[in-house]
Amino acid sequence: MDTHDAPSDARPVLEGPDIARVLTRIAHEIVERAKGADDVVLLGIPTRGVFLARRIADKLEQITERKVPCGSLDITMYRDDLRMHPPRALARTEIPGDGIDGKLVVLVDDVLFSGRTIRAALDALNDIGRPRAVQLAVLVDRGHRELPIRADYVGKNLPTSLRETVKVQLAEEDGRDTVLLGAKPDAQ
Amino acid sequence: MQRHLISAADLTRDDAVLILDTAEEMARVADRPIKKLPTLRGRTIVNLFFEDSTRTRISFEAAEKRLSADVINFTAKGSSVSKGESLKDTAQTLEAMGVDAVVIRHGASGAPYRLANSGWIDAVVVNAGDGTHQHPTQALLDAFTMRRRLIGPDAGLGQDLDGRRITIVGDVLHSRVARSNVDLLHTLGAEVTLVAPPTLLPVGVEAWPCEVSYDLDSTLTKSDAVMMLRVQRERMNAAFFPTEREYSRRYGLDGDRMARMPEHAVVMHPGPMVRGMEITAEVADSDRCTVVEQVANGVSIRMAVLYLLLGGNEPAVTHPRTEEK
Amino acid sequence: MSKTLIRGAKVLGGEPQDVLIDGGTIAEVGAGLSAEGAEVVEADGKVLLPGLVDLHTHLREPGREDSETVLTGTRAAASGGYTTVFAMANTFPVADTAGVVEQVWRLGKEHGYCDVQPIGAVTVGLDGRKLAELGAMHESAAGVTVFSDDGKCVHDAVIMRRALEYVKAFGGVIAQHAQEPRLTEGAQMNEGIVSAELGLGGWPAVAEESIIARDVLLAEHVGSRVHICHLSTAGSVEIVRWAKSRGIAVTAEVTPHHLLLTDELVRTYNPVYKVNPPLRTERDVMALREALADGTIDIVATDHAPHPHEDKDCEWAAAAMGMVGLETALSVVQETMVDTGLLDWAGVADRMSVKPAQIGQATGHGRPVSAGEPANLTLVDTAYRGLVEPAGFASRSRNTPYEGRELPGRVTHTWLRGKATLVDGKLT
Repeated sequence: MDTHDAPSDARPVLEGPDIARVLTRIAHEIVERAKGADDVVLLGIPTRGVFLARRIADKLEQITERKVPCGSLDITMYRDDLRMHPPRALARTEIPGDGIDGKLVVLVDDVLFSGRTIRAALDALNDIGRPRAVQLAVLVDRGHRELPIRADYVGKNLPTSLRETVKVQLAEEDGRDTVLLGAKPDAQ
Repeated sequence: MQRHLISAADLTRDDAVLILDTAEEMARVADRPIKKLPTLRGRTIVNLFFEDSTRTRISFEAAEKRLSADVINFTAKGSSVSKGESLKDTAQTLEAMGVDAVVIRHGASGAPYRLANSGWIDAVVVNAGDGTHQHPTQALLDAFTMRRRLIGPDAGLGQDLDGRRITIVGDVLHSRVARSNVDLLHTLGAEVTLVAPPTLLPVGVEAWPCEVSYDLDSTLTKSDAVMMLRVQRERMNAAFFPTEREYSRRYGLDGDRMARMPEHAVVMHPGPMVRGMEITAEVADSDRCTVVEQVANGVSIRMAVLYLLLGGNEPAVTHPRTEEK
Repeated sequence: MSKTLIRGAKVLGGEPQDVLIDGGTIAEVGAGLSAEGAEVVEADGKVLLPGLVDLHTHLREPGREDSETVLTGTRAAASGGYTTVFAMANTFPVADTAGVVEQVWRLGKEHGYCDVQPIGAVTVGLDGRKLAELGAMHESAAGVTVFSDDGKCVHDAVIMRRALEYVKAFGGVIAQHAQEPRLTEGAQMNEGIVSAELGLGGWPAVAEESIIARDVLLAEHVGSRVHICHLSTAGSVEIVRWAKSRGIAVTAEVTPHHLLLTDELVRTYNPVYKVNPPLRTERDVMALREALADGTIDIVATDHAPHPHEDKDCEWAAAAMGMVGLETALSVVQETMVDTGLLDWAGVADRMSVKPAQIGQATGHGRPVSAGEPANLTLVDTAYRGLVEPAGFASRSRNTPYEGRELPGRVTHTWLRGKATLVDGKLT
């Protein structure tokens, strides 16, 4: 997983206003594809996916003038690389009150990379309920998929090399909004 | 870095808070339609019980199964320390079957420590109660219960029990629960007072990080939680106290005494309760008594401990105690 | 018989001298002795002591030959510098008849590594109820003079009184294992701060001290003498000191392990530290050292207690009590008493040879290193320091608490009536 400390040589590929704009676009796309977003439930993947989901939910509310259920889905205990690292601290899973059965769940994450996080998220969802459909929204798709997974809503497609690293910083956690592209520390 | 959970005294404050926080997330799994996580899939855990304890065993078993571990129950009934019964041989036999962790309950104090430190086996060892020594998961679930009741499930995240006043009443001498709780609660910043007749306090208790009192009434009014320990009737025959009636009168918790506790204070009991001895039915069945919650919390705590010890390539819990050479 | 010249040995730690052994006797002690016709041992500044005498050894034969036999136990004794061991009575069958004590005595004689003086049981089967035939054991070929139920306490005050009285008839002595049984039910280790924390049954000091207090008063009352086995507490020292000041005929022993080890070691739950009486506190250790130095405690005795590996390779509560000690005793005494300045080598000879031989009436042992005396001798390389390696023990058992510990001193030679039983650290 990318760390969120910006490397010194990182350059921004998305700035605050860009991020706001793409999230607005994603919200509109969701309304359009979900035909009004009546049954949409947004689930952010901790940590930054949760903040993005909340921002999209706010925008959906502005568009549809209805509250859109929004929660979080921690995938730690579903990861396929648990035994390669020390156990990680768990993050919060918060499923909105009406649950996800029969709903259109939109998973929200910051960066789509190997696809393994989303695979774990799908497993986690499976233990919580049975959605009508599951879609995926990401701020950045940097490629290099290792599983047959694709995003339904993409803020920015960012072709990268495996020697590069992508950092998403969000005001809620990092004090500012930006997406940085830099060289991997061990590749320098 | 040790890989086992043998004593509550081995846990640092940060370790303990991490376990409590993890348990808080585990508790939420119990509210889901599918109360199961794939986390320990393919790991085998044996519950090696040399002492009868259905409660503790099924609590561990529920925790193990919720984490998708393969569970083997091994109950060596009544063979506590009898000659010819070798803990080493039993453990090695089980390990040969590919066991990743051993949850052990044993009548001999120190048996889990021996199992973890003698080079007999490589598996992770979790102490589920040894003799009159330690019962660390019990102390953790008690601290978890206190944090939830006194601070709140969400408000408690990341918090310890700094400044909370906890009174533990009863047969401290024979209680691994008391030892574990004194160690852990002290680590978490709580102020612990032990209350018991002098016969049921160990010589050497003066070195424990707690206060000692022989008088229940004077400590009740300043307690945030009162933990009643089970007092076995057999103790009477060994002259630890004269009669059941006298014990109840001096050290039992009844409705009158409970009424003198602060309004927010809770009554705890590790179970099984001896109603009419250390606790009256009125108190045991009241809203302030957390016995049933403690049972539910036990599963969450044991899930957290097993996840943190077995969920990665190395344990997330550090231990200061040095290993035996 | 052959002659041996020990050249340049510090006799009792004094100035280097030569000692000539002729047959079973010391022929001459002095400077520049002639080596003609003698095998020469270059002592090169090593310390020469009278052969050590252990008043408290468990040889396990008959009955527990899996842990020790008279042969392996006496070989261990010779390795440790001993020329006499007193074999405790808690064998299977118990040494409570003339037959059993004669068997043990004869086995010792046959093997020839060390004199074996059997100790007789005080009560039949060590059960504390009925006096064993003390007189018969005394009159047997083994000539028993020391009686003990060691491992168990003669707890009944009347039985103890009778035993003390009865042995006066032939100058015997009762060696008491002081342990009040009711106060030590379920006891696993010294009662105190460590036991409270570890949750192991406490073994209070008072369980030892109350029996010692009773028995010195009984000895005074009946005008007999009493020997106290393995003193382990500061309080016991005080009682013995008081009794001696009153002129009561009491003698006392301390084990090497109680001079060095404390109950802090039990924190490892390693049963190699499980012993009866239990390891006590630092304060007790210091009091015992001081008492051994000032003569309140008369002797060091090993309480050599061999156990097979499986009896220690288990959980604490299931483990057997006891430690082997014959092969490390002198090193531990050097570490705790000599290197600390509490005792000189003459003092060591007194506490480990002269006095134990006197208490046990082991004739020919514990004698001065001078011409005309039996050549029971031990040569010690006191400058040596090394790690204790149980694999090299002559004892059949390895349950030493000192494995891997660095200790000073090494016995290089032992002579039993002029015959070398240990040469350059190797048994003959």
